[in-house]
Amino acid sequence: MEYFLQQLINGLTLGSIYGLIAIGYTMVYGIIGMINFAHGDIFMVGSFIALATFLALIALGISALPLILFITLLVSMLFTSAWGWTVERLAYRPLRGSFRLAPLITAIGMSIVLQNFVQITQGARVKPLPPQIQGGVTLIEGVTENGTIAVQLSYMQMIIIFTTLALMIGFSLLISKTSLGRSQRACEQDQKMAALLGVNVDRTISLTFVMGAALAAVAGFMFLLLYGVIDFYIGFLAGVKAFTAAVLGGIGSLPGAMLGGLLIGLIEVFWSGYFSVEYKDVAAFSILVIVLIFMPSGLLGKPEVEKV
Amino acid sequence: MAAAPNSGLMADSVKDAAIAALLVAVLGFFFFALRTDIGTGGLDLTYRWGMWFTAIAIVFAGRLLLNLFVFKTAKPVTSGITITVPAALTTVVGRFLGPVLLLMAVGLPFIVMVLFPDRDRQFIDLAILIMTYVMLGWGLNIVVGLAGLLDLGYVAFYAVGAYSFALMAQYLNIGFWTALPLAGLLAATWGIILGFPVLRLRGDYLAIVTLAFGEIIRVVLLNWYDFTGGPDGISGIPKPSFFGLDFSRTGGFAEYFGLDYSTIHRFIYLYYIILALALITNFVTLRLRKLPIGRAWEALREDEIACRSLGINTTNTKLTAFSIGAMFAGFAGSFFATRQGFISPESFTFLESAIILAIVVLGGLGSQIGVVIASVVMIGGIELLRNLGFLKEVFGPDFEPTQYRMLIFGLAMVLIMVWKPRGIISSRNPSAVYKERKKISSDMVAQGEGH
Repeated sequence: MEYFLQQLINGLTLGSIYGLIAIGYTMVYGIIGMINFAHGDIFMVGSFIALATFLALIALGISALPLILFITLLVSMLFTSAWGWTVERLAYRPLRGSFRLAPLITAIGMSIVLQNFVQITQGARVKPLPPQIQGGVTLIEGVTENGTIAVQLSYMQMIIIFTTLALMIGFSLLISKTSLGRSQRACEQDQKMAALLGVNVDRTISLTFVMGAALAAVAGFMFLLLYGVIDFYIGFLAGVKAFTAAVLGGIGSLPGAMLGGLLIGLIEVFWSGYFSVEYKDVAAFSILVIVLIFMPSGLLGKPEVEKV
Repeated sequence: MAAAPNSGLMADSVKDAAIAALLVAVLGFFFFALRTDIGTGGLDLTYRWGMWFTAIAIVFAGRLLLNLFVFKTAKPVTSGITITVPAALTTVVGRFLGPVLLLMAVGLPFIVMVLFPDRDRQFIDLAILIMTYVMLGWGLNIVVGLAGLLDLGYVAFYAVGAYSFALMAQYLNIGFWTALPLAGLLAATWGIILGFPVLRLRGDYLAIVTLAFGEIIRVVLLNWYDFTGGPDGISGIPKPSFFGLDFSRTGGFAEYFGLDYSTIHRFIYLYYIILALALITNFVTLRLRKLPIGRAWEALREDEIACRSLGINTTNTKLTAFSIGAMFAGFAGSFFATRQGFISPESFTFLESAIILAIVVLGGLGSQIGVVIASVVMIGGIELLRNLGFLKEVFGPDFEPTQYRMLIFGLAMVLIMVWKPRGIISSRNPSAVYKERKKISSDMVAQGEGH
């Protein structure tokens, strides 16, 4: 039971990270109907920016850890957004209105470019960062035949889960209450009509990419703090899993993306905990296949109506 | 040079270039100016202001020059170099391009041996590599180009082909020619097994599921250590024999035909095997397009709902396209295994699928000749970038040109697609015609929607 609870906490932490990335996929898919393959690499870029900022702030002599974390979070969100904006501007906007496969190919191209750019400028070796936030609270202490087993909720996990919660609340308000959110939902439903009613479609799409990139940057920073190791290739697997999460939750649905992210995180952690670590990716992908076959619109998605 | 740009244009161009430079300054700050490295006691941060400023300056200058002379001039330079090809010439070229390329491909090893006697092995090896991608591209063209099913996990079938030959050779001691059809069959079977549940899905969903399958197969190959050797791969895969003759120094091909022994014989032989396999792929595709099943594929690509209303069994149609495409990947895979002599899951990553898909899309969906052109450009281009050693003398010994290979490859993918979203060969002849045969520009059709 204690083991189960511990895995539950670990799974929720990992799932929060996937959920944050998945929102970027689901928003972009909702608004322009394409898989933004470079989004996983935007997440990777975000984690590299966070790492460099973190080290630079320490080098500048700032010693208060909460302040460092906060500034790093803001800086990485800001700069990663710039990357998200640029990728959209260079690779997707020129192909707007073109046929479906063209932006998919440029997305894959952008993903290759980002990976190799980071590899060249930052080196191919992994970047280890020693754990920065230590300690935690023991929730339950149980006794088994092998000794005591404690359910730990580390401060790190608390930070991740609470930041994700806060961001989700803020983000939902942004989408449902502000004019930006309204124009975004309008573009999602009908771009032409939205344009006729005075919504700047190009700007809205750009902002969608910016928001997705900012959330991916938060995920990247958390990934860095949680695992303490990043390299230029982390974006691919995290990206595919986050996309899986977006599909699982029902693509186009924001709460669905978060739910899907949490589920994928839980599945991965429980699979590693109870079955085998090697096949945890297979478990995540198999879930994707099964969900798509039996529930093609995902958990919270609206079923697509085929029109002639 | 064009006439002196007026001051308004100059101001605009400078402003635009400054914005571009500012963007690079922002984007590049954490990648050019700062660098993290593993040092003593954790990560070290090094500052590279010089590199950052150089990057900004290059972008500013480049953007300014582009603005002044290409984008914003009253008469862009590009308009001056547009070549208008007469329609008659394009038809002539279109008619003879295929046969001429075929003749060149058949004679290639000998042309290479005459022209580059000291580097012939390298060039024939490159030709084998390109031809492998041509074959894979043609195979995937059946799935993506003809049937309109977006497959991002094509490399899975390539891996199935390669591993089935390698494992058969290892455990059952079966040679290449016996294993080749079996590998193709196995890959096709996997195509059916994987295709059956997922082909009800549409478009991007299908894409992501095929990607997931590709990754599942790779992860299984990586972790099933007892059977597949895991990350160590399988080595010592036998080479193909020529009607029972192998290419060894004694008692082999050279001795039987009274030739001087040379390792080049094996390269030429491998080249002709892959050429034949590729041509079979092409021939089968072209013939299938004329059969009802090929017509059904194209109809499916254009409009799935109309297809269903006309009584075509869409699931079976998709499944045949999927499994025939997989079969050719299986053939290509077992050829890859025998050429390399060693395979490991490393060779079957998603990047490989992406490259094959890029070849098909960049070449122009459904166009056979486009695949050839795209393979030569992309694969030949990547390999050409390996030979950039001379740049070391320009930029100093620390400069490692080969690491820019994939960066340039990715940029090329983006640029070609932005330049020609429909691919290099963007018009096509429909197989079925109503009254007269005419070329349709692909802008007119919704092909490759991947329903």
